[in-house]
Amino acid sequence: MHREKIVLFTLLGLGAAALVAGQPSVSALVQEPGATQEGPPAPAQPPGSPPVRVARPPAYPVRAPADPAVVARGRQIFSANCSFCHGSDARGGEGGPNLVRSELVMNDNAGEMIATVVQNGRPDKGMPKFDLSTEQIASIAMFIHSMPVGGRAATTGTVDPLVGDAKAGEAYFNGAGKCATCHSASGDLAGIGAKYTDVRALQGAMLSGESRGESGVPTKTVTVTLRNGQTVEGKLYQIDDFIVSLMDANGNYHSYPREGAYPKIVIKDPLQPHLDMLRTLKDDDIHNLTAYLVTLK
Amino acid sequence: MKKTKVLLLVMAMISSVAPLAVQGQGLDPVLLTKPATDSWPTYSGDYSGRRFSSLTQINQTNVKNLGLAWVSTLTPGVSAPGPFSRPGPGNPPTIVGGEIDEPVPVRGAGRISGAVLQVNGILYVSVPDNAWAVDARNGTVLWHYFWKTKGGTHIGNRGLGMYKDWLYFETPDDYLVSLDAKTGKERWHKVISDFNEQYFSTMAPIVIGNHLIVGTGDDLDAPGFLQSFDPETGELQWKWYSEPEKMGDPGSETWPNLDSMRHGGAGTWVPGSYDPNLHLYYFGTANPTPAFSGVTREGDDLYTSCIVALNVDTGKLAWYYQPSPHDTHDWDAAQTPIIVDGEFKGKPRKLLLDASRNGYFFVLDRVTGEHLLTVPYADSLNWATGIDKSGRPVRNPEKDASPGGALVSPTSDGIVNWQPPTYDPQTGLFYVVTDEEYSVFYRTEPNLKAMQGLNGIQEQRLASAGKYIVAIDYKTGKIAWKHLQVSAREGGGNTGLTTTAGKLLFGGDANGNLVAYDPATGKPLWHTHLGGVSNAVETYMLDGRQYILAASGDSLYAFALNF
Repeated sequence: MHREKIVLFTLLGLGAAALVAGQPSVSALVQEPGATQEGPPAPAQPPGSPPVRVARPPAYPVRAPADPAVVARGRQIFSANCSFCHGSDARGGEGGPNLVRSELVMNDNAGEMIATVVQNGRPDKGMPKFDLSTEQIASIAMFIHSMPVGGRAATTGTVDPLVGDAKAGEAYFNGAGKCATCHSASGDLAGIGAKYTDVRALQGAMLSGESRGESGVPTKTVTVTLRNGQTVEGKLYQIDDFIVSLMDANGNYHSYPREGAYPKIVIKDPLQPHLDMLRTLKDDDIHNLTAYLVTLK
Repeated sequence: MKKTKVLLLVMAMISSVAPLAVQGQGLDPVLLTKPATDSWPTYSGDYSGRRFSSLTQINQTNVKNLGLAWVSTLTPGVSAPGPFSRPGPGNPPTIVGGEIDEPVPVRGAGRISGAVLQVNGILYVSVPDNAWAVDARNGTVLWHYFWKTKGGTHIGNRGLGMYKDWLYFETPDDYLVSLDAKTGKERWHKVISDFNEQYFSTMAPIVIGNHLIVGTGDDLDAPGFLQSFDPETGELQWKWYSEPEKMGDPGSETWPNLDSMRHGGAGTWVPGSYDPNLHLYYFGTANPTPAFSGVTREGDDLYTSCIVALNVDTGKLAWYYQPSPHDTHDWDAAQTPIIVDGEFKGKPRKLLLDASRNGYFFVLDRVTGEHLLTVPYADSLNWATGIDKSGRPVRNPEKDASPGGALVSPTSDGIVNWQPPTYDPQTGLFYVVTDEEYSVFYRTEPNLKAMQGLNGIQEQRLASAGKYIVAIDYKTGKIAWKHLQVSAREGGGNTGLTTTAGKLLFGGDANGNLVAYDPATGKPLWHTHLGGVSNAVETYMLDGRQYILAASGDSLYAFALNF
């Protein structure tokens, strides 16, 4: 597929922390009057009467048909701005998740939930913000909502990513995996199984060493030794073949040209062991480790 | 010096005669068969795909004196004129085309990520829906054409093609648009592929004789195809599909049934190379679909993820080679192949070199397609169990997307993506950028048969174990050197490469520098920080001066020696 990373022209904004767009939790959603997402309300039961079997709510939102012109417009805007990452059928594409089955989208009525994400982006997940109007986003929402949630070929249920053996994972953690060299189940990893409700997110954090590339990551530090023997230490800010720069403990920015052997540069990446283990780690060991971490509630 | 001044005076007089039209004669397609030094008339500079220039004015000795000649920022779309801007030199009115009244809004500014043509001192530049003519001497915009889009994926545009006085470019909503190079006015537009079937078109059209080679892509599951149009009239000459037409046809035995074959994908979105003597056009096809599940398409799935050789007059397949049989990771074989006449095992041969997205480098005989060499060119590859007797990597099915997740390198981006490689005949080395990144591929769709297009999975990107420029000795497959593109953070870098006879290798690094390296060692010799380099550099002579042209986002930067 056509694929390339869009080069992000990161500005040298020193204090620029990554924006993290707030995603409303599904439980906090306010249903609009008349919304049918959760199905019809259960009828009130008179006290003392036998339990009435309440009809289950529909598995997916029931929506009134939308104006075809609005859907068509939404499809066009979607195809130009969204389809590369989310797929031309909105069921997932290059890096972006399936929107048709997204909880947020399923709780959306007419773009009000989607607009928050589209207009702010999700920089933590690599989604840029889009300068689209509320009306344009509403038409995108109508297009997505027009897609059958069930899919063209009976797509059913979900896949359980928890496939490993916790016991084997524990043995690997304390043995061959050498995880216990740096980590402890009762120390830094205590409660990690409760912290992550999403198994894939937990596994990703385990592999990359907790949210590499996001804000709040354990950062690389650097020690720079100048020709005169002076040493400067701090958080690595930039490095290439020509420059090294850092932020020291007092928040001062230092940058040095790299010329020949000087300055001497020693970079410490606390996540280097995680990077190194990607070379050799077996999928079974990954799954077992994850199963073990899930038990650390 | 005096001569130059006189020339300029003459040119000024000519332009006063016809002030509204861009000067210069058109491009004779015959010129495309000779590696040009005073122009950049086609995607790779010439048909070989080498991206090697014989120019030496800028060389290892004086590259330290390379400085900015001009910069020009191109604004796509139709922008409302500001209070102080008025039509005139450098600010021409936008010529608007398209088939709908109101264009679909598209996010952000255009990023120049394809070839810029330079013919007779004029640059022709494109981003999705937009084309410009720019004075190569100072970056002044001469005309701007804007296509009102119906939509489609706006990921990039790989550039324009030129034939005589006419230009051609593809639009995301699947039109082939021809412009008059002098004025930017539209001559005609033709439909490339069906927008309603989710195709989108980005390739730089390639002019070969009286053929205009045009590709397209699709991220759902419609079949890929390559077409040849008449550059004069826009009439279709031939159409080659990436999949066989019906069961029983050669190649159909690699598909289980007609339905899977007809929805097999394999777009044709990266320009190829051409051998004028063999009359063959070489290019790579994209991945099969469904991209991440092979259960509905058991077999090799020809001609997806293939290098193919087509007769340019008939569109008939001469031979194919498949770097990724039965691909299940979205690894198109869509790199631009490089044509080299060189020695292999002591014998002179007509060769084709290709660094595939799956992380393996291939050497083929380009007359017959005979396989000569396969080597991995990245250390992170973990998806193949070996190499078969035809030199093809053998996919390990355990590395397909799975419920618990499969740790795989490369990611779906590939070790390299579309970024063009280069071959330097002076060093005998082939150069390519790499990214040794890892992903976990989860299958999220319980029903394997329900997977379609790119869906049914979740790809979790972990980290890159390193970005490099890799120099490969094609005769042995040995890595001559590997230069780490060191960077403080993930992302950035990986632009295409260009070499020159001045013993220079140009590329962008992971921290936003444009760099000239020593092609023998990878040692950096010159750099400037542009904040990002978004295509491979080009070079040409103009007025006795060698220029290096680079793009960064929406801007062009031209460099020349400060004498």
